[in-house]
Amino acid sequence: MTPEFIQPDLMPALPEMVMLAMTCLVLVVDLFLTQEKRGFTLLLSVATLALTIAAVIIVAPVTEVSSFGGSFVLDQLAVILKISICAVTILVFVYSRDYLADHDIYKGEYYVLGLFATLGMMVMISAHSFLLIYLGLELLSLSLYAMIAFNRNSLSASESAMKYFVLGAMASGLLLYGISIFYGISGTLDLNQLSSAVNSQISQHPIALGFALTFIVVGLSFKLGAVPFHMWLPDIYQGSPTSVTLFIGTAPKIAGFAMTIRLLVDGLGDLQVDWSQMLTVLAIASMAVGNIIAIAQTNFKRMLAYSTISHVGFILLGILSTTANGYASAMFYTITYAITASVAFGVLLVLNRKGFEAENINDLCGLNDSNPWYAALLAIAMFSMAGVPPTVGFYAKLTVLQAVVQVDMVWLAVVAVMFSVIGLFYYLRVIKVMYFDKPLPEQTTTIKEALDVKVLLSANSLGLILLGVFPSGLMAYCVLAFS
Amino acid sequence: MYADWPLLSLVIWTPIFGGILVLFAGDKEPSGARKIALVVSLITFLMTLPLYTQFSTSTHLMQFVERHEWIAAFNIEYYLGIDGISMPLILLTSFTTVIVVISAWEVIQYRASQYMAAFLIMEGFMIGTFSALDSILFYIFFEAMLIPMFLVIGIWGGANRIYATLKFFLYTFIGSVLMLVALIYMYAQSGSFAIFDFHHLKLGLTEQILIFLAFLVAFAVKVPMWPVHTWLPDAHVEAPTGGSVILAAIMLKIGGYGFLRFSLPITPDASAELDWLIITMSLTAVVYIGFVALVQRDMKKLIAYSSIAHMGFVTLGFFIVFRIVNSGYGEQGAALALEGGMVQMVSHGFISGAMFLCVGVMYDRMHSRQIADYGGVANTMPVFAAFMVFFAMANAGLPGTSGFVGEFMVILASFKASFWIAFLAALTLILGAAYTLWMIKRVIFGEVANDNVAALTDINKREFLFLALLAIAVLALGLWPDPLVDVMHPTINNLLNHIANPKI
Repeated sequence: MTPEFIQPDLMPALPEMVMLAMTCLVLVVDLFLTQEKRGFTLLLSVATLALTIAAVIIVAPVTEVSSFGGSFVLDQLAVILKISICAVTILVFVYSRDYLADHDIYKGEYYVLGLFATLGMMVMISAHSFLLIYLGLELLSLSLYAMIAFNRNSLSASESAMKYFVLGAMASGLLLYGISIFYGISGTLDLNQLSSAVNSQISQHPIALGFALTFIVVGLSFKLGAVPFHMWLPDIYQGSPTSVTLFIGTAPKIAGFAMTIRLLVDGLGDLQVDWSQMLTVLAIASMAVGNIIAIAQTNFKRMLAYSTISHVGFILLGILSTTANGYASAMFYTITYAITASVAFGVLLVLNRKGFEAENINDLCGLNDSNPWYAALLAIAMFSMAGVPPTVGFYAKLTVLQAVVQVDMVWLAVVAVMFSVIGLFYYLRVIKVMYFDKPLPEQTTTIKEALDVKVLLSANSLGLILLGVFPSGLMAYCVLAFS
Repeated sequence: MYADWPLLSLVIWTPIFGGILVLFAGDKEPSGARKIALVVSLITFLMTLPLYTQFSTSTHLMQFVERHEWIAAFNIEYYLGIDGISMPLILLTSFTTVIVVISAWEVIQYRASQYMAAFLIMEGFMIGTFSALDSILFYIFFEAMLIPMFLVIGIWGGANRIYATLKFFLYTFIGSVLMLVALIYMYAQSGSFAIFDFHHLKLGLTEQILIFLAFLVAFAVKVPMWPVHTWLPDAHVEAPTGGSVILAAIMLKIGGYGFLRFSLPITPDASAELDWLIITMSLTAVVYIGFVALVQRDMKKLIAYSSIAHMGFVTLGFFIVFRIVNSGYGEQGAALALEGGMVQMVSHGFISGAMFLCVGVMYDRMHSRQIADYGGVANTMPVFAAFMVFFAMANAGLPGTSGFVGEFMVILASFKASFWIAFLAALTLILGAAYTLWMIKRVIFGEVANDNVAALTDINKREFLFLALLAIAVLALGLWPDPLVDVMHPTINNLLNHIANPKI
């Protein structure tokens, strides 16, 4: 007897379908555009993302909805994260335009690949089975490999792409290995069924489960960039074109957070004692290595890579507290970090010109003299990353620390704040360079003032203060996602 | 008529938004920016006056209270209010900011609008710190004020400014993050971030000691107490005059205020247990730092060390109360020590601000802070010399000036606790006179030392104005401190009642 085909409910996946259709449209339309009309591709890509956001809002459910035999879910978590990812990607696309044009890589493929990567992230967010998570992850990763290598003439970009590809493939392999063992134990790929299977098997196969869990955690750490699986991150950040670094440094963090929550909390919640301990070690190591090594960097992109590593440590702090409150705070942290990082890279992109690649911290010398407005925007982002009030970074740290203290891990909170003091130093150094140093003679900084970039970047940066003063709205959504 | 006005919010946000306005006025029109800054600071000062005139001295409860829900998820409130401890410090802040704006008028030419804006925004944050009754709100203001100060020292400071400002920021930050953990811990226990809920939170002795130490690190760095004082001389020396004035007059007071608002009432048992530690640190500051001040060659550094010594009196006054009560003098004697510490804070705000302004006046003309470069300034700048000698006398604790009142009250109270503590504290009367007057002798008096001094011109009307305003304040407070002491009475008595009851 052939199994009956059940028509799945397609509505929950409407945003993904809209995006896929539109992305194909962008791909085709771009073929017929001349280089002068490339702006239309950008416009269409932004429209795609905006439409996707609209679709997400339209299908936003009150309670969790699942489809495709339970392997695809749409809940509050997915809604908020998808909107965040699309919004951040809009910023990325707009900020990148002038950089791409200056470096002769202003091609439609950048946007098409970016959209496919975004689609992959959206799939990851909603995926509720191992298979779909992996599909989303690979769609994201393969698009990113191509985006990094996009500038064919750049040796460092090719090197980065190669490195990212090899290490990314290895991480995926580790993840798959863990998945295969879980499949062997539970006989299912669905996270709900896995969860109940783990619950019933936990006393019989503790070692096998722990073994499989280790591989899953290692795979996740690779993708998130937690120490000691972080080595790829600084090289890729530095070697990629800045427009791609901006993309890698923002939206995929949100997707990585979603994947972590889906796998560890939804699927393997019964093993939380084990993964919580693993994450504790990873978090402390990430905060230590990230913050200390960042001090020694002279390349701004590389410094931000190490800063990302330390922020990943903070995000893990929220998750390892294993409370709804902790997950909500980690989610808040991730979203606001992505917004903050887009300001930092965005300002760096603005400073780039034809024939001049702004990427060293010293390239920011005397920015307050030549362009006080952009200096102020970057300073706000730096203070936010350092966690100084009234920026949102402070509030994000507060929520995470609060979650940690709530589960009686005061010592961990003390460790975290001590490392954030160390971290403060290199953020302050950026501000020092911009405000206290005089511009170098060879820097005749004439910044191309594209109005749309300026407006968006200003709103983005001032939003960090606004969110810091009024965090309740976003925080309420984050709490809702885990209630 | 002011009863329903959100007066505290107004005095916090007027300077902040005024500062942003000044920022947008830009450098193209610095004179406009200066005028806006002056108007904003004056309006703010005038708005703080009703806080004094409408202040009720018959209650220890918070006045001018504003309380709104802010971040519901963590029960954080926008909760403002003032009592007898915070009100004088708010007036001090708004007064000093006016002085700073006037003092920077022609002196700051490089990016004048940013300079003025930084001080106005800082004023808002500092008033916010003094009036916040929610601990997270307090913390946000407490930290946020570091940003403008960091920029002020770093942009307009002296040769070694970058080292000094980074040290300043990192020192203060490391202290305050531990306090943040303590606050979160207490939130986990009480479910609220309101400071008064912390006051009434039951805590075991070990918990109290850990929390006390966390607060101690935060506030001791800010005061600064020996041995975490080393950032202060660096920051003072490198900061522009206005930065030094705000730093000495207001920012140091936030540490003292923190002890009264947080440490004593939240952890009274730990405070009683560890009062020897604070008393030792305070006496070391008074005696040892006094000697260190004696050998300084840089005038600003000398005044910075004298600040540390004077702030030692403040912390001594705050933490000697347990010994006074134990010696059987009751709360009456203890109140004298606390009020002495408070008077000393306000008085030191005026005097140290004035001393830094005096050095600034000379520095603007000579571009040197070295004592050795001066001599016989009185011959060429007689009016200025009169002011400087007056402020130096106040700094040394001359009766009739405000510097005498606070020191005298604290020494008097210390006698009730122990003769030897009082003896060591009283050494400051000798040391303070020694280092201040010796500096005056070398700088102001004697023969004209060199051609540069001979070419000096006396102070102009603008400089006369701000020095005269400060001189009036110092003299008024010295001759008639009652208006200040009276507003503190109910609050101080309530505080003493509160800390007399063990929380364990």
